[in-house]
Amino acid sequence: MDTVFLAETMGKLLAGLPLTIELAIISISAGAVLATILALFRATSPIAEAIVRGYVFTLRGTPLLLQIFLIYYGLGQFAEVRHSILWPFLRQPYWCAILALTINTSAYGSEIIRGGLQSVPAGAIEAGRAAGMSRLLLTRRIVLPIAIRQALPAYGNEMIAMVKATSLASIVTLMEVSGIAYAIISETYRAIEVFLCAGAIYLTLNFLLTRGLAVLERWLNPHLVQSRT
Amino acid sequence: MSDTEAVSLTGLHKRFGANEVLKGVSLRAHTGEVIAVIGASGSGKSTLLRCIPLLEIPEAGEIAIGGETIRMRAAGKGRVPADAAQVNRLRSNLGFVFQSFNLWAHMTVLQNVIEAPVHVQGRPKAEAIAEAEALLEKVGMADKRDAYPAHLSGGQQQRAAIARALAMRPRALLFDEPTSALDPELVSEVLRVIRALAAEGRTMLIVTHEMAFAADVASRAIFLHDGRIEEEGPPAQVFSDPQTERCRQFVMRHLNR
Repeated sequence: MDTVFLAETMGKLLAGLPLTIELAIISISAGAVLATILALFRATSPIAEAIVRGYVFTLRGTPLLLQIFLIYYGLGQFAEVRHSILWPFLRQPYWCAILALTINTSAYGSEIIRGGLQSVPAGAIEAGRAAGMSRLLLTRRIVLPIAIRQALPAYGNEMIAMVKATSLASIVTLMEVSGIAYAIISETYRAIEVFLCAGAIYLTLNFLLTRGLAVLERWLNPHLVQSRT
Repeated sequence: MSDTEAVSLTGLHKRFGANEVLKGVSLRAHTGEVIAVIGASGSGKSTLLRCIPLLEIPEAGEIAIGGETIRMRAAGKGRVPADAAQVNRLRSNLGFVFQSFNLWAHMTVLQNVIEAPVHVQGRPKAEAIAEAEALLEKVGMADKRDAYPAHLSGGQQQRAAIARALAMRPRALLFDEPTSALDPELVSEVLRVIRALAAEGRTMLIVTHEMAFAADVASRAIFLHDGRIEEEGPPAQVFSDPQTERCRQFVMRHLNR
């Protein structure tokens, strides 16, 4: 085994790690906020439900790769987009990738949070109404805290999937870990070693994410932890 | 006059689909009264109680809390509150105790008790905590203030729920079959707490199947049958010398159990 080459490759790939982490953190966070808004909006009226359902259906039913392409190459076709205030952002591959990753994860995420919302016990909501809580207060203090706790394990899956999905950003020229990996392979033709190194990086990232989620879950759910007596 | 009237219901009608559950019920609860509402299951007694804080919306009739009538407006086939803020304000003047406790599972006992005083009534947190601790002491739950509902017995949860209702400084306490979800050996600890509250002169409406308890604690008993008040009077009369045949049969059946 060529340890010198592996070490060298690892060093080059790690240069892309900050971008990978950045893509993941921004799209997961923005996607989670959007997902929550979508899930709450969906419950407000039949029209809202139809809109959100169409959004989810489209984004879940098509490959993320196509969505990135469509946003990166497609949006620039429209003069309206090119002349809008968003163009300085949408002309950059970075923001196109962020946008595609965010709306993609928001579709999956809104379904997960919808499940969480449905699992909030009716009695907990009724107790809040009986205490005189407004709808906003009830949502903020009772419904969302319970729903998010219920949704967290499933949402963890989605976050892990998103960390891996950032590798698709390389397709629009972003030099994150996978982008650098492709570049090294095209110079050296040593695909196995390079992909092994890249794989190890994603594995480590997701290991840390999984541990973090486990800690968060325990912290949010002291009521589910067996009491030590 | 109206300031001594904690809760006033006039001509309430409520139906669920084809099933008319309340067929014109009127009831006045004066400050300091303890009213026991009894009746067979399906007689509408829980629905009646749930109409007071508008957890159910009656199609017809008037509800007043502390002399203030809840304004309603027509919407579609039924009615909705005309002013959601008014409903929320009047609800926060009532304490509702549910059959299945309905504590908020993600909060400790203390957090459950201070939640509405702090976030609905806008009281300072330190003051709410001090008051909550006194209330938990009163219901015998002081040592469980930091426990989560999932770690408590049913009786403990219901006593915490009573403290939560009391923390609203309510004009009236509404109990919806507070012991029906409890194991038999846990019933007495909850009844003891309710009894103590009655002795303090609190205004209470209690829907219950505990006849002996109702006879003992109530200042007035109401027997509901098929969506109407069939009999009403001092507990001594309603339980020992019912005037109507239906009430007599009901009381016989339940006292002989």
